[in-house]
Amino acid sequence: MTNSPFTPGIAPGRLRPEDYAANFDDLHAPLDAHEALVAADRCYFCHDAPCMTACPTSIDIPLFIRQISTGTPEAAAKTILEQNILGGMCARVCPTETLCEEVCVREEAEGKPVEIGRLQRYATDTLMTQGVHPFARADATGKRIAVVGAGPAGLSCAHRLAMKGHDVDLFDARPKGGGLNEYGIAAYKTVNGFAGAEVDWLMQIGGITLHTGKALGADLSLDALKAGYEAVFLGMGLAGVNALRAEGEDKDGVSDAVDFIATLRQAGDVSSLPVGRNVVVIGGGMTAVDAAVQSRLLGAENVTILYRRSRDDMPASRFEQDLAASKGVRLVFNARPVRVTGNGAAQALEAEYTVSGPDGLKGTGETFTIPADQVLKAIGQTLQGAPDGVSIEGGKIAVTGAGRTSVAGVWAGGDCAGGGDDLTVTAVAEGRDAAEDIHTSLTGG
Amino acid sequence: MADLTTNFLGIKSPNPFWLASAPPTDKEYNVRRAYDAGWGGVVWKTLGSEGPPVVNVNGPRYGAIYGADRRLLGLNNIELITDRPLEVNLEEMTRVKKDYPDHALIASIMVPCDEASWKAILPRVADTGADGIELNFGCPHGMSERGMGAAVGQVPEYIQMVTEWCKQYYDRPVIVKLTPNITDVRKPARAAKAGGADAVSLINTISSITNVNLDTMSPEPSIDGKGSHGGYCGPAVKPIALNMVAEIARDPETYGLPISGIGGVTTWRDAAEFLSLGAGNVQVCTAAMTYGFKVVQEMISGLSQWMDEKGYTSVDQVVGRAVPNVTDWQYLNLNYVAKAKIDQDACIKCGRCYIACEDTSHQAIWMKEGRVFEVNDAECVACNLCVDVCPVEGCITMERMEAGTTDPRTGKVVSDDYANWTTHPNNPGATAAE
Ligand SMILES: Cc1cc2nc3c(=O)[nH]c(=O)nc-3n(C[C@H](O)[C@H](O)[C@H](O)COP(=O)(O)OP(=O)(O)OC[C@H]3O[C@@H](n4cnc5c(N)ncnc54)[C@H](O)[C@@H]3O)c2cc1C
Ligand SMILES: Cc1cc2nc3c(=O)[nH]c(=O)nc-3n(C[C@H](O)[C@H](O)[C@H](O)COP(=O)(O)O)c2cc1C
Ligand code: SF4
Repeated sequence: MTNSPFTPGIAPGRLRPEDYAANFDDLHAPLDAHEALVAADRCYFCHDAPCMTACPTSIDIPLFIRQISTGTPEAAAKTILEQNILGGMCARVCPTETLCEEVCVREEAEGKPVEIGRLQRYATDTLMTQGVHPFARADATGKRIAVVGAGPAGLSCAHRLAMKGHDVDLFDARPKGGGLNEYGIAAYKTVNGFAGAEVDWLMQIGGITLHTGKALGADLSLDALKAGYEAVFLGMGLAGVNALRAEGEDKDGVSDAVDFIATLRQAGDVSSLPVGRNVVVIGGGMTAVDAAVQSRLLGAENVTILYRRSRDDMPASRFEQDLAASKGVRLVFNARPVRVTGNGAAQALEAEYTVSGPDGLKGTGETFTIPADQVLKAIGQTLQGAPDGVSIEGGKIAVTGAGRTSVAGVWAGGDCAGGGDDLTVTAVAEGRDAAEDIHTSLTGG
Repeated sequence: MADLTTNFLGIKSPNPFWLASAPPTDKEYNVRRAYDAGWGGVVWKTLGSEGPPVVNVNGPRYGAIYGADRRLLGLNNIELITDRPLEVNLEEMTRVKKDYPDHALIASIMVPCDEASWKAILPRVADTGADGIELNFGCPHGMSERGMGAAVGQVPEYIQMVTEWCKQYYDRPVIVKLTPNITDVRKPARAAKAGGADAVSLINTISSITNVNLDTMSPEPSIDGKGSHGGYCGPAVKPIALNMVAEIARDPETYGLPISGIGGVTTWRDAAEFLSLGAGNVQVCTAAMTYGFKVVQEMISGLSQWMDEKGYTSVDQVVGRAVPNVTDWQYLNLNYVAKAKIDQDACIKCGRCYIACEDTSHQAIWMKEGRVFEVNDAECVACNLCVDVCPVEGCITMERMEAGTTDPRTGKVVSDDYANWTTHPNNPGATAAE
């Protein structure tokens, strides 16, 4: 170890190898069989269960938990995967504290919900480690469908279409499939290459051909896809990022949080990754939290999240905020960046406190300065490369019903499409529902 | 503080909690520790005749039924009576009784159904100084095939005959332990009384197969791929035991016959229930086998706290207090009308009451906007299923309708007169009400 958390500037190798290993281990250890039984016993098997309603993919949660408690986690996994083919990833990354677990009646009863997420992981891991793919394709329909984007939305859509007997060409601009599962989600939520393994497992259904390095707009055009396929699904996520529009944004050391995270996710050896001694993350969503937490885990001495609104307004859940705080990240609310200072490379960030009034957010004029050799911008992703002709609304592809765009024969879902939260599970639900709608419209069923 | 000392058949013990004849009472080592832990009495593990003792299986002898979180609800066993020589047991009993004169010590006995066998063993038991004997006519397995245990307990004439021998050759209290593996428990109880028994104790274990291993297709506990029915006990059998105790307590022919209540006693509350239905004390096996001897401390503290709260100063005041309220169905008041009420503040909105009523009962619970569950009095028959399936204690209650109000289900005005089936117009055999 040549460097330490106190090494000035941006430097790699700030920690001992064992610290890196511990830091990037599973955030929540998987349940073992005994723990799973104890946790499963707490479910009341509610009628019209609120957890199930809260799940964007409507997994039959009480049923799968009962299947675990009767010693059939494989059947439980099938219950989950029928609704959500990425149930394994969702078990790891879903903000359950704002979805199923938030409404669990045990939360109301004793402030401690059934551990639905961890139980889901127990079930899906059990099945997936057996290498079993529990679904088979229906008779071939001879129909071909193009899916753009191999993130959660595209994968879910492709799988459902393949299951229905259609043939799918799945295109993605990146070298690997998985979308943000592979390039975005925090490393400690999906350890041991789970994202890639899950894509391989999903592809076992057959009938899906993944074409990587193929970008719509550059290598492919919507017109060509429409001509060559019977339907097109767009699940391209949000590939662009918002600009900070603060002075000094161009200085060395200022970068996009999503790029920082993507590099981290693809790094074989995290100790080779440089990180600032003093890191400031600007933003208030999951990306901001993940960038901040992982900066700390890489050995940054001081990490601050700067969010322009109040704690209650912060898109990242209280659970995520507390996670950040527990990792030593400082959360500063009601403050916005004014300028990045430094001689070529960033050295500090000047910020101003804010108040929100009837006519929006205003600066109070009171400023402060935080040392910052690295500034990570996490102020939102934007739609990039949406094909011409498709209507856009509020910065996203406009859809009606189960993901129908303004162009006949073209569907969209996931982060790139309007409606729903920008979450993995929502993308899965939208991809699946679009597939069902495509199937119905192609087969006249 | 309430006085828990009990005088059962003249046998004094510091509290009404006795250990039933079973593994916890199989030897001096256990029994001393049990008394030290607070148990008021012990029924020694059943003794057999002189000579080579019985042998037990050398594989698993217990099976189990679990509730949530692997809580043991029912235990089943294929164990026999003591497998240690009679002489050893008698010596140990003598020593223990000498050191614990204020604690009850009862000898449980099971010998062949002939006078000579009983005549031989009784004086030897008397020599130990034990306070009394319990005749084991109960074990459903192993010994019954040899004409002992439940094989005797199922034939009232044998019970009476053996009891008479015991009263003839033994001068201390004789307790007859009854098997539940019969249709009408009053018959063997009456036979015991006719034979001169000082008391009955019940229940022994219930014939059972707890489960089947679906890989090997053998009942559990499995011995080399085969299983045999065993005896069932533990919390799961309490309702059966309570009913049998109550039947004997209220039977005019056995009324007043002292009863030692056994079967599923796990907490002070279970014990209080047995006492209220006429048991003079209780015996415990499974709870001790599940949690160790220390559980008795909760039974002692709980019973005395409850007695203090109720103003009972001695156990006698509790014994039999609920017996007058045990009646036959035909005497239940049909003018008693209740309706379920859901406490909206306590409700956690699980919907179990709703689906239970909707799918399997009377469609009397509405599920309203925002998961608000409300009872429709016009449909509610007060069956209590919603109360039973609700996970929150006290959230749903049965409220009696006041006399003079109209039951929206029947359109009838509720009367506070008592009226039962025997006088009901729908009863073909009804006798006209006065
Ligand atoms: C840092 C970060 C952390 C997050 N953490 C969580 C979390 O913990 N839990 C959670 O539920 N959600 C989280 N999210 C949100 C979640 O990752 C997304 O909502 C989800 O991945 C959306 O799925 P998608 O399929 O719509 O898009 P993406 O996952 O973005 O996939 C889109 C795919 O399309 C490809 N693509 C883009 N443009 C083109 C093109 N022109 N041609 C071809 N292919 C293209 C991309 O390469 C990508 O593979 C996080 C997001 C980020 C950025
Ligand atoms: C392993 C085991 C062995 C038993 N052996 C005897 C016995 O030898 N003699 C006897 O009278 N009852 C025997 N019993 C029955 C108990 O004394 C008691 O009647 C029964 O278990 C019900 O009480 P419980 O529910 O508290 O366990 C035995 C019970 C068990 C579990
Ligand atoms: S809300 Fe909680 S208790 Fe009810 S079914 Fe869902 S997980 Fe089970």
